[in-house]
Amino acid sequence: MNRVPVEKKVLNENQQLAEKLRARFREHNVLCVNLISSPGAGKTSLLERTLESMDHLTRVAVLTGDIQTENDADRLKRFGYPVRQITTGGTCHLDARMIEKGLEGWSLDDLDILFIENVGNLVCPSSYDLGEEAKIVVLSTAEGDDKPLKYPSIFFKSELMILNKIDLLPHVKFDPEQAKQNARRVHPEMEIIEVSCTTGAGLDEWLGWLNRRWTAHGLETVEQAG
Amino acid sequence: MHELSIAMSVLESLKAEAIRRPGARFTKVGLRIGELAGIDPEALTFGFEALIKETEWQSLALDIESVPRRQRCPRCNLTFAVRDYKFTCPNCGELETTCASGDELDIAYVELEEA
Repeated sequence: MNRVPVEKKVLNENQQLAEKLRARFREHNVLCVNLISSPGAGKTSLLERTLESMDHLTRVAVLTGDIQTENDADRLKRFGYPVRQITTGGTCHLDARMIEKGLEGWSLDDLDILFIENVGNLVCPSSYDLGEEAKIVVLSTAEGDDKPLKYPSIFFKSELMILNKIDLLPHVKFDPEQAKQNARRVHPEMEIIEVSCTTGAGLDEWLGWLNRRWTAHGLETVEQAG
Repeated sequence: MHELSIAMSVLESLKAEAIRRPGARFTKVGLRIGELAGIDPEALTFGFEALIKETEWQSLALDIESVPRRQRCPRCNLTFAVRDYKFTCPNCGELETTCASGDELDIAYVELEEA
């Protein structure tokens, strides 16, 4: 009997492809963000409000994942930006290969920001690197404020938490301070923005975050090239 | 929920390893899974057993080592296991410690009999 060390990531192939995508995004100065939440937390609504409010100088595109239907792509196409639906046909997450395929025919030179809307699921998407610069987790006040403790993996790996549907706070038993505290117990450096896609509260802060992240990303890219 | 895809990826890696070692008989594969990886070892074992059943891999054993979340203290350099989300260094009280382990999803080793 012989024990041989392997020391390899289980998702090695996905990881390698994700690194390739990340290098392509950096080369073309595209900020890629991966939006993750449970079903119904408001990823599509957030993107609708984002696309609606974007100044038209920023060139954005969306890859949106679902198990079935093109409904989300149809909702997002109204704003005139390139949108593609990735229908996984059963798979509960997006992987790097789906992103590579989804990008076919798009010129990254014509893009500033790529939004990836993952399949609604707080567990599986956390394992798959898509080459994004940042994962963003969306938690809504219609859920439990202990979600960060129940699903620590995704809260640990996300740079930003969007606390969505804050307009519902008077009607639900959700304690926003507790939710933030829970998120920071899992991930002490977590940035948090409170948003309502219905009233528009917090959207400016969110767009500011994107803008800041895009600028920082560009500077990093320039430094790396230098 | 995605444990079956993970099990399939493990098997793919083993198949690649088998091509590099012609004639070897694989008896065990060792995985290292961190508590932050979001993988349920039982569901993974179930998926893996279903995959290899009645194939040439069916006698392969799966050994899963669970890795707790550990933090490292930048001040006194202590590495400690995190319990109940307490990140403060138990030795010197430093609040700002950094994550040292816990999100692993690795194939650590294989055991085999060479031909």
